Amino acid sequence: MEPRTSVIEKRLKNIHRIIAVASGKGGVGKSMVASHLALHLAQQGHRVGLLDLDLYGPSCHIILGVKHQFPTEEKGIIPPVIHGISFMSIVYFTEEKPSPFRGIDISNIILELLAITQWGHLDFLIIDMPPGIGDETLDVIRYMKNSEFLVVTTPSKVALGAVRKLLSILIELKKPLLGVVENMTMNDSAFIEQEVQRLQVKYLGKIHFDHTLEESIGNPDLLLKTQVMKDLGRALATIQL
Amino acid sequence: MHEWALAESIVMAAVEEATKEKLKTITQVTISIGELQQIEKEIFLFALNELRKSQKPPIKKDAFVLRTEKSTLTCHTCGNTWKFTEMKKKLNITDSESIHFIPEVVFVHTRCPRCGSPDFEITKGRGVILSSIKGVR
Repeated sequence: MEPRTSVIEKRLKNIHRIIAVASGKGGVGKSMVASHLALHLAQQGHRVGLLDLDLYGPSCHIILGVKHQFPTEEKGIIPPVIHGISFMSIVYFTEEKPSPFRGIDISNIILELLAITQWGHLDFLIIDMPPGIGDETLDVIRYMKNSEFLVVTTPSKVALGAVRKLLSILIELKKPLLGVVENMTMNDSAFIEQEVQRLQVKYLGKIHFDHTLEESIGNPDLLLKTQVMKDLGRALATIQL
Repeated sequence: MHEWALAESIVMAAVEEATKEKLKTITQVTISIGELQQIEKEIFLFALNELRKSQKPPIKKDAFVLRTEKSTLTCHTCGNTWKFTEMKKKLNITDSESIHFIPEVVFVHTRCPRCGSPDFEITKGRGVILSSIKGVR
């Protein structure tokens, strides 16, 4: 019998809200939005955790500039606090080596992380999801029953094609959907907004393509001042987290 | 004390199962410990016995039986099978410690000793499993 599922509820019971930042498509900026969202909430004085569940290609540690950190062992593992954010990632255990995991391994890793991580009291746990509707998404839905979804797309029809599928399954499963953020926009097209509203999902707003963003990566103080942060703040104001 | 978290999952699962089966007392909990997870048995047993004290239905003292499951790793590329203990000596402490926390990172830090492939499978001996419980109704 698998014992780890029995303890997950207890590990998450002192977390007020769990927000999974997801997309059907890769490369749309989920990690960037998740990291900015965590920083934004921490700056507002909330107790925030960030869990990077992109197990093949974790990147939140690069965005936040996490180096030479490791969780503390105390009746499980306690994530290190980075710029006010309790940050957990597979990268503590894989370093920067390639991670050739199959589906069953992915589920086992998620179960292990959820069973042994001691988050303590949090107002928000942000999850940076990998693209698609595979094991990670299904496991978050299965084990983190109170999770809400913030979906990211780009203005591209290609991205929207995959995002629409994710939205459809989340709607079918009756998962709480905070809305859709349109990332890396370069014009004022209303195409994505109209398509999202057609699915009766809330469109939160645009995050404009930021040519200077790359210079802020690895430095949370600079990230707090980016155009992305300003646009995300405006988008979040529509849902009052 | 990462062992504490795993012990807690065992105790909670045993109590859940005993409640379902309407047991009044749990007399035996048999746990299989996969070799890959490299559990410190003394710490694990200490945690189990501490956690046991506050449970309902109660778990009898000395109820925990620990059994080690030897690991078997099987290569998808060349069909080779081997044990984790055979390669552990060659691992550095950091990599070995990482496998202790998350056994699946064995795919990250090791390769098939015969063909060098990262595409292998943990066929046996991954982690902690609740094998069986016994009790009185």
